[in-house]
Order: sequence, then structure tokens, then C-alpha cells
Amino acid sequence: MGQLINPTTTVLDPAETGFFTTRLESILAWAQKYSLFMYPFVTACCGMEFMAVSGPRYDFARFGSEAPRSSPRQSDLLWVVGTISQRQAPILRRIYEQMAEPRWVLAFGTCASSGGFYDNYTTVAGIDKIIPCDVYIPGCPPRPEAVLDGLMLLQDKIQSGDRRPSVVKPRFDPVTDPTLGLVQLRRPSQA
Amino acid sequence: MAQKLIELVRNEFSDSVLDSYSQHGDETVVIEPESWLALGKFLRDDPGCDMALLVDLTAVDYPQKTPRFEVVAHLASLRLGHRLRAKAAVGATDGTGAQIDSWSGLWGSANWAERECFDMFGVDFRGHPDLRRILLYPEFVGHPLRKDYPADRIQPLVAFRDAENIEKLPPFGPSEGMSFGRKTHDQWLTNRDAADDDL
Amino acid sequence: MEAPDIDLDTPSVTLDADPMLLKMGPAHPATHGTVRIIVELSGENIERADVQIGYLHRGFEKMCERGTWSQVFPYVDRCNYVSPLLNNVGYALACEKLLDLQVPLRCQYYRMMLGELARIADHLTCVSAMAMELGAFTPYLWMMKAREMVWDIFEEETGARLTHSFGRIGGMALPPTPGFTEHSQAVVTHVISVIGEAERLLLTNRIFLDRLENVGVMSADDAVSLGWTGPTLRASGIPYDVRKAHPYLRYGDVEFEVPVGVRGDCFDRFVVRLEEMRQSARIIAQCAERMPKDGPVNIDDPRIMLPAKDQVYDTIEGTIQHFKLVMEGIKLPAGEVYGYTEGGNGELGFYLVSDGSGTPHRVRIRPPSFYVTGGLESLITGQMIADVVPCFGSLNMIGGECDH
Repeated sequence: MGQLINPTTTVLDPAETGFFTTRLESILAWAQKYSLFMYPFVTACCGMEFMAVSGPRYDFARFGSEAPRSSPRQSDLLWVVGTISQRQAPILRRIYEQMAEPRWVLAFGTCASSGGFYDNYTTVAGIDKIIPCDVYIPGCPPRPEAVLDGLMLLQDKIQSGDRRPSVVKPRFDPVTDPTLGLVQLRRPSQA
Repeated sequence: MAQKLIELVRNEFSDSVLDSYSQHGDETVVIEPESWLALGKFLRDDPGCDMALLVDLTAVDYPQKTPRFEVVAHLASLRLGHRLRAKAAVGATDGTGAQIDSWSGLWGSANWAERECFDMFGVDFRGHPDLRRILLYPEFVGHPLRKDYPADRIQPLVAFRDAENIEKLPPFGPSEGMSFGRKTHDQWLTNRDAADDDL
Repeated sequence: MEAPDIDLDTPSVTLDADPMLLKMGPAHPATHGTVRIIVELSGENIERADVQIGYLHRGFEKMCERGTWSQVFPYVDRCNYVSPLLNNVGYALACEKLLDLQVPLRCQYYRMMLGELARIADHLTCVSAMAMELGAFTPYLWMMKAREMVWDIFEEETGARLTHSFGRIGGMALPPTPGFTEHSQAVVTHVISVIGEAERLLLTNRIFLDRLENVGVMSADDAVSLGWTGPTLRASGIPYDVRKAHPYLRYGDVEFEVPVGVRGDCFDRFVVRLEEMRQSARIIAQCAERMPKDGPVNIDDPRIMLPAKDQVYDTIEGTIQHFKLVMEGIKLPAGEVYGYTEGGNGELGFYLVSDGSGTPHRVRIRPPSFYVTGGLESLITGQMIADVVPCFGSLNMIGGECDH
């Protein structure tokens, strides 16, 4: 119990030490993670939650992600918020290509992560088919707390230099933690 | 209230009206497609109808019927308060030959509504000033709301990345899922090919 | 002074007078919604415009044909995603029109209250986004705070802040929580005060007024011909509101007014939405008094409503009812119906074609913002490029609904 059957993404453990070798790089990473200029590529309903996360109650400016930049040249975090249709895909690709290194991509919502429940002719089943993605935040739309969790995960990844695609996981995961009171329907020997 | 409206239409188009009925509070009139433009003019201009608002114009695909597509227009009169649904059937069983006159000269809302109908069903509106796709991109081939277009056939504009672990996992394998119960529309999918099952 | 060497009256340089093509593309900071507006400019004036939508086309109508009638509710939520409960209620009413049934009184008031709260959230979003795009960031943050409070009510009632999927054919998913009426009245009072603060900040600001007044004027006849309904049509002077013209639920019993504009410009569209929020608050207050405190919320029909869970586990009838409704879906009778309600942007209609099985044959949404956005070309032609932003913002194009 507790094993993903087909793990396609790595669940990041914040305790892992980083890949940086010099102190300068880790200072740079500290500066980068707390001053992310974001490009909000907002298309759909998740945009409403994006507005809420930017709003006064859940404020992602506290995390340094304060400045929305409408130009990909001036931003380093691409928030892909909402469903990406096949028609929108070339535009997303071009925006990503115009961004300068270092750049990160955050897939906000289930439609951006995997296409959502729009399994049809017009939806791209996840932006990772088009651009590499760093953090996936599932939810339809995700709660602002989940978004902040994903942003903090991205900041951890920036600090540690990890570029593997990662998924926001709950801080206390009922799948892996047997003490959280999940009802066991099968005896461990039958699992 | 719209019964009078149906009588007016029937009197005016006595030889083209195929059917008229009232169902769940909606009045419907079915007319031959050749009289579509004349019907539109009559409904807009006649003071007894005065249907200034074209609420919606769309089509429905009945693959087992001939003609196959039914162009459905909903109209409303703001002054008189009555509503009407007008229908006309066009198109052969294989989807070709679906042509009908455009109402874009009568109502401004018909412009985009007919473009969407063309985009989704392939119905050609004669006399439309700019009949091109509206919801889909010009490179798209086919008309997705037809019953014989598989819902998951994608036509990507951007080549997908060559990376690991980004395939779309289907919710069910071919031998899983519910084989009984609801009727689906898969019986009309005659042109499904191997490419539809990738990604 | 000696004469200049060059003759200033005959120009020797001819300037290129071809219009410039500018694509205000789908990724644009000031268009809240993905739309591409291709404009031909002569200086700052727009000579021609081509509005291209469809960047959020998600195949709503095709997806509805692959499930059951009640599996449409999540899709419908995501059509007008700023006021999802209005979509839920509109679709449920269309299905109930096909079934010729009426929900109990308590459910009708509950649907009205939730719908008007959703309308308040919709108008708050539109008004604040419009102000933000014109440079007024503060009212945006104030209205986001107010919208959060409305979403708190939704979270309490439905479990989700947005995209609730709370409507059911024949009722709602759950009955109202015990503190619902008090909570909603307290929130609405506060929201109205926030609207008042934002008005005091905006409506006396010379710059704000200059950017909105007499910009993007749409005459009443043109608006009707273009299929406009809702706040944009009412701003052009036509008092057509589905809640008054064809009352549904209990809208015929409550008192409210329909704000109507005078000039049909962006300013009227802005102010009409502010006033509509106040009218929605009145409706909510009246419904809160009239809603029965107890009684069923869902109809008691085993062919339509899921049974209570204890009956599913204890009685055979409950088990079979649950099984048939989940596996085969609600079987709406064969036929077609057009059910329409007043959505956030106008007349939201659903044209349902049923063949008697549990699978919909056709679900057509009549999206109000599709037709409203169809008028954008004629609205901005002749205006300046900077006027595109308030014009587009005042139309409140919701991509999920417009592109369905």
C-alpha cells in the first residue's frame, strides 16, 4: 500500500540536498526563488482562482511572486493557468520559447497538468506535451492553499536546483502515512 | 400565445411548412429549406411576428435520418413576448450537400451563429459574407459535432515533445469499463483508425 | 529672411498610408479571456477589426454526448465559470422543463439565492477587472476581498469555491446549511458597502469617466439585431430581463428592478452591473425571509433522484434505484426543449434533444457572451486602440461560455 502504480513524476522530498556546488549558486538560487517574475498565461476557470490567490486573502506576493510581467522576455516563471486547447498550443510554445533562461513552468490546475476531463479533439492533454513543466498543481480549480503549496515546492526546487517535474503532494499524505486513520479495506498480506 | 404565431406562419407558407407542434411549452415549425430565407424575412418584418431577436441558430445531427442535419433557429420577440423554434432539414446521409440560405442579412447575430454551425457540422450557408471556422483553427479537417467524428481524434498544431512519461493514460483499457448499460453514439463511428488510439 | 531652398508645399516624400495590422493576441494582459483581436490601424484609429475566438474551445457539446444527463453538470459549471451556479440552475431547469416537473418551494428559493450570489460574484469580477485594466488596481483588490466572502458562502453550502457542480435534475445536491440565510445576508450587506466604496473611488474620477463615457456606443436596434441580451442590452436601453419577461422559479414573486442604461456606452455597461448587484442583494434579502425553514429540497421521484445512502444500503429498492440512476443515467423522455434563464451575461439557454435513452443526443448551450462578443467588431471599429480595453472589458466575455 502506498506505492504509485506508474510513477510518472517524482515526489520531491524537501530534505534532499541540492545539486549546487558553489555558495554563489545557492545564493543566486535564493535570490531567484524569492523574486519570481511571473507570466500569467491565463485562459480559463483557474484564472478565477489565480485572481483569488493574487487577492488580499491568499496573497502570493508574500512569497516574492509579486510582479506579473506581460512580456515573456521579462519573466522567469510561466504560470499556465487553465485549459490549453490545440489552437492555443502554438501560442504557448512561442511564449515559452521567448522566455530567457533560467525559466520555470508551473502547471496550474488539472487541465494544464493533464487535460482535465476534456478528453476530446480540442484539448491538449497536459502542457508537458508541448513544454517542459516543473511543478504540477492539480485541482479543478485548485484551492489557493494548494497553489501556494505548489509555489513553495517550486521555490524548494529552485533552491535545490532540481529540474525533475514534480507534483504537489499533501504535507501529510494519507497514502503513505498509516497513522492518519485511513480505513484499511484489505489486510496487508492480501495487498 | 405563440399558437397565433404558428397560424400566421402556416397561412403565409402553407405549401412549405412540413410540420408544426407544441411541446413542453415551446412552439416549433418545420419548414422546407428552400423557404428558409423567406421565413426569416417574414418572422422579422411582419408586425404580427416582430421577431427582432434571433436567440440562437444551430444544427442537430440525426445520422439515421435523411436529410441528416436539422438547422434549428430560436427566435423571440421582445415587444410581443412570444418565441418560436424554426427547423429545416438539409444534407445527405454522408454529410454532403448540406446547404441552406444565410440569415446574416437579416440578423447580425446570425453571422457568428452560422459560422459556428459551419465549423461544427459543415452546413454551408449560402450568402454568408465570411463563412470560415470560428471555434476551431483553419487547419482542422472535419466537423467535430457530427456523430461520425470520434471525440478523441486530435489534430495537433504543435508536435508533441519527445520526452518520457508524458503519454495520456486512458481511463480504461480496451477490455475494461462498462460494456452494458447506456447507449452510446459509437455506432456511428465508421471511420475510426489506429491514429485515434494514440495519445 | 531668405526663402527656404525646398518647396514646402509639394511633398517630395510620400508616407506609407497602408493600415498597420496589429494582433492583440490571445495572450494579452488586458483582455481577461483568450481572444485574438486583429485590428487594422490608421494611426490610433481602428479601421477594421477581426475578433477571433475559440482559443478556449473545449468541446462542451461533444463531451455532453458521451455521458449521462447528470454528468453534464460539471461541464456546465465551467462554461460561465464566474457564476457557475447560474449555469447549474439553468441547465437543471431546462432538464426539468423536458420532464415537466417543478421542484419544491424550498429548492426554488434556494436556487434563487445561490443564483443571485453567483450573479454578484460575476459582476464583481467583471467590474473589478474592468477597473484594473484601466489602471485602477485598488477597487480590484477590494472587490476580490468581497468576492472571497461570497465564495465562502459557496464553500459552506456546496463544498467548493468555484465550479460547484451543485445542481441536480430535480433539486440540489444538498439542502441548505442551518446558518445559510444569516451568513448570506451578512455577506451581502458587506458586499454592498464594498461596492459603495469602489463607486466613490471610481465614479467621480475624471480620467475613469473620460475613458468610459461615449466609448463603444451600441444603439438599441443594433444590439437586438446582434443577439445581445443581459446587462449589455440593458445598457443600450432595452429593459429585457428573462427574470421579468418570462419569470421562472419565484422571480415573479419578489420585487426587484431592472437597471437600464441611457447611452449604451461602456460607462452604462459598467454602471448597470453595479446596480444589478444591488438588485440581487434585494432579491437575496427577500428570498431569505420567504424560504421555508424545513421541507424537502429535492423531488421525491425514484426515477430521477438518487435515494438516501442508508436506503441504498438497507433496502433493495434503494439499491436498484441507485444502480439504475448511476449506471444508465436519468432517462429523460424523447423530445426537445429550449430552457432559458438569466445568466450573468444575458439569456443563457439550453437546447436539449433527447432520444429517450440516458445519453443526450444533443446539448446545445446558447451562450450569451458568444453573441455579445460578436458585436465587438462593430463596437470598436472607428474607436482608438486604447478604447479596445474598456470596450472588451465591459462586454464581459467569459471564454468558457463564449467558446464552449
